[in-house]
Amino acid sequence: MSVFITRRVLQSLVVIFVMSLLVFFGVNIVGDPIDMLINPEADQEDIEAAIRALGLDRPIHEQYWYFLVNALKGDLGKSFIFAEPALKLILQRMPATLELAFTAMLMAIFLGIPLGVYAGLRPNSKVSKTIMAGSILGFSLPTFWVGLMFIMIFAVMLGWLPSTGRGDTTSLFGIQVSFLTWDGLRHLLLPALNLALFKISLVIRLARAGTREVALQDYIKFARAKGLSSSRVVLVHIMKNIMIPVVTVLGLELGGVIAFAVVTETVFAWPGMGKLLIDSIQLLDRPIIVAYLMITVLMFVVINLVVDILYSLLDPRVRLKDVKS
Amino acid sequence: MSSESQGPIPQAAESSSASVAPAAQQAGNTLAIDDLQTHFFTKAGVVKAVNGVSFSVSKGEVLGLVGESGSGKSVTGFSILGLVDPPGEVVGGSIRFQGRELVGLDETAMREIRGSRIAMIFQDPMMTLNPVLRIDTQMIEAIQAHSRVSRAAALARSREVLLKVGIASPDERLKSYPHQFSGGMRQRVAIAIALLNEPDLIIADEPTTALDVTIQAQILYEAQKLCRETGTALIWITHDLTVVAGLADRICVMYAGRDVEQGEVDDVLDHPLHPYTYGLIGSVPSRNRRGQPLHQIPGMTPSLLNLPPGCAFRNRCPRAAQECLREPPVVEYGENRRARCFHPYPRDSL
Amino acid sequence: MSTISEHASPAATIVQPVRVQTPFRRFLSDFFDSKVAIAAIVTFAIILFIALFAPWISPQNPYDLMVVDVMNSRMRPGEKSLTGMTFLLGSDGAGRDMLSAIFYGLRTSLGVGVMSGLIALCIGMSVGLSAAYFGGRTDSLIMRVVDLQLSFPAILIALILLSILGKGVDKIIIALVIAQWAYYARTVRASALVERRKEYIEAATCLALSHRRIVLRHLLPNVLPPLIVVGTLQTAHAISLEATLSFLGVGLPQTEPSLGLLISNGFEYMLSGKYWISFFPGVALLVTIVSINLVGDQLRDVLNPRLER
Repeated sequence: MSVFITRRVLQSLVVIFVMSLLVFFGVNIVGDPIDMLINPEADQEDIEAAIRALGLDRPIHEQYWYFLVNALKGDLGKSFIFAEPALKLILQRMPATLELAFTAMLMAIFLGIPLGVYAGLRPNSKVSKTIMAGSILGFSLPTFWVGLMFIMIFAVMLGWLPSTGRGDTTSLFGIQVSFLTWDGLRHLLLPALNLALFKISLVIRLARAGTREVALQDYIKFARAKGLSSSRVVLVHIMKNIMIPVVTVLGLELGGVIAFAVVTETVFAWPGMGKLLIDSIQLLDRPIIVAYLMITVLMFVVINLVVDILYSLLDPRVRLKDVKS
Repeated sequence: MSSESQGPIPQAAESSSASVAPAAQQAGNTLAIDDLQTHFFTKAGVVKAVNGVSFSVSKGEVLGLVGESGSGKSVTGFSILGLVDPPGEVVGGSIRFQGRELVGLDETAMREIRGSRIAMIFQDPMMTLNPVLRIDTQMIEAIQAHSRVSRAAALARSREVLLKVGIASPDERLKSYPHQFSGGMRQRVAIAIALLNEPDLIIADEPTTALDVTIQAQILYEAQKLCRETGTALIWITHDLTVVAGLADRICVMYAGRDVEQGEVDDVLDHPLHPYTYGLIGSVPSRNRRGQPLHQIPGMTPSLLNLPPGCAFRNRCPRAAQECLREPPVVEYGENRRARCFHPYPRDSL
Repeated sequence: MSTISEHASPAATIVQPVRVQTPFRRFLSDFFDSKVAIAAIVTFAIILFIALFAPWISPQNPYDLMVVDVMNSRMRPGEKSLTGMTFLLGSDGAGRDMLSAIFYGLRTSLGVGVMSGLIALCIGMSVGLSAAYFGGRTDSLIMRVVDLQLSFPAILIALILLSILGKGVDKIIIALVIAQWAYYARTVRASALVERRKEYIEAATCLALSHRRIVLRHLLPNVLPPLIVVGTLQTAHAISLEATLSFLGVGLPQTEPSLGLLISNGFEYMLSGKYWISFFPGVALLVTIVSINLVGDQLRDVLNPRLER
């Protein structure tokens, strides 16, 4: 097991290294580093001072080294607009985004899996067909448009839920979270559901396909032949088999959810990293873009690593094969 | 229906296909199937997988249910336990288990019987055990589904049964996953699971077909031994006559969804009555002479979707005649010896 | 003891004449088995028609500054303009007829989505086929790159690229192509690997056919079915992605709006109840994406031999 983990961790480090190279060279060669890292509206003196401070007059490999060292220290440049370290700004907003993303994932799991399994067990019932039709809609509807419709219907027309912003927050282990307050939950519901819709549809389709395939297998028939109750057959025998592909896909999609939060945050004016990114793109606040990129790379690599480890825990065939190697 | 039999047939008792066995015999039967019909309602039409099967198994007896692929033998096995998946369903006939009618029994009662009074062993050991669950989980759940015992007690029982089927070091095996075993070992585990709750009847659906010949022989021997010891009735479904010859007490031959001949094993194999049985025995390689072309039954099994009227074997039968267009009668020759034919081979014995 | 042949019996089975069915004809009949698929493909055909002929069938050219008058702005659906033209779906903040704007928007959305999809498909297909066919180190190297790119969500890649490249139709097509090609590459490689192991490729190699011929004439046609399915579904995804990017303000410029931009423009009017400026373009987008997805779904069911049918 530890052989497996060590190997995956090493692979992840390689990926992070490669990505840092890409980001660095993307900034310095594709874009103009002076525009990217120094505010072009500063006066000439400041620009030259900054060039020297950032080492932009040095040879490129030294610059890269400088960049790497700074990154490890936590310095990824200063925002033009806010005049604060970019990293700090992003980290401040991260809890809001993560809260949104995790709530959406939880919705995808706890709504998507039961609905999908049901549709897989009784593929011809009216309820199943409705579920599948709904999943096609959820899959096809662009997230931002659904968000707009949610606001139209639930906030403007019906007035049940607030239309924008994040609710009251409380502190949990030093991080600001909003799901512990009632107001916070009211504000969280629509954006999370909006973000989750695509994933819920995905999970429903996966769970249904998996259930249909597994339900036909001999070992399910054998389980019934042993006289097991149908709830045990479904909850233990079928579920454990479909969990593997579902978890894999969900885990890989977590990164996608965090990225796609950009859209939901824009529609609902949710104060997360994504909104910061969009604003920064509009305002050409490039250090934030660079910092966002690096943070995101790190996050995705970690997520992929965790998913791989989880996968090996769930599927004994994978885990035990590695022990021999 | 009158039978136009050729040659002297002592003690020929004729009856229609829905035969009623003598009451005394029925009382001793663990299982008595009478004119079972299981049909599959597909988009292409109705597939009559089982189209009138009758046989019985008594306590401690081994019955070999023999037939080629598509003869309906597996579906018969599933029908007994109510495991026929849609679009199939049991549409007629009766299955009496220890006097109790199983056809139409509600699901809860059926579930009580499955795995505890009647157990089943499937053909492909690789797909029978759930690959993501441990062996002990899969065995303990089979016990706990039928009786309230502690996990420790269930584990102890599992260990005991694994030893009985010839698996050394059961503790290690219990903690393992199915893919860590060989095919023969997996099938032994499946047999062990069948034995856990001491059933009165075990239905084994071609359990050794997917295994090596050497393992096959071992498992056959052990299955026979276990049944003798515990008095469990066994229905061994197979297409291989040689397997049946060494193992079974009685044999029932199936063709195109019907039982065409049954009786004591030695009697049927030495003196087959039905032309199909005759052809089947004749085509076993060891029965043929070296250097001569292998005997085959000409033609192919009819499609179960469009069964020809009358005798389904008609088109391939060397003894077929005009009357075979009608439903052939069941000809009885004393206790438990019958054939479904207009022109069975003469019964020479006695 | 004569053997009776089938024809003698009165209830003999009738021998059916056999119709020669090419695989393509069988595919068509299977595809059109589903009513939903028929509806979807008809809908898509209509949308395609609108997109192609938008300039000729729109009541108004919404980007012709001579025709558009801000005095007509924010009219409800069904109201008339100052010049007597009926705004069937209302007008937007600048006085443009929504119906026309939607027609033009469909044109842009569909154009960008399909074009980027096709280019990404060609690139991905070449890369995937090469990786699968040549195997070994080439394959490893290519797949490392593909996997690396695939571990990042398309939207992120597109966002970053567009923030560097700026606005414009060509730039958004480039961004979408870069965001999508890896997915095609992986799909093609996976099915090409399966095909590669089959005997007919071995046979072609033994005949000393050139690499190019084997890949193009033997491997490619067998890899096409899953590729078509993926292509269809991905195109819908690309259209959705482009709309999202336009909505976020990175993407197409105001002069050539797609449906996404239209929706974005109408965002501010939502809260004051002027829903039609965002709603109708949204419905058009929806119908387009759903119909393409339904067609893709049916294609997948029909072309997949594993599903029980």
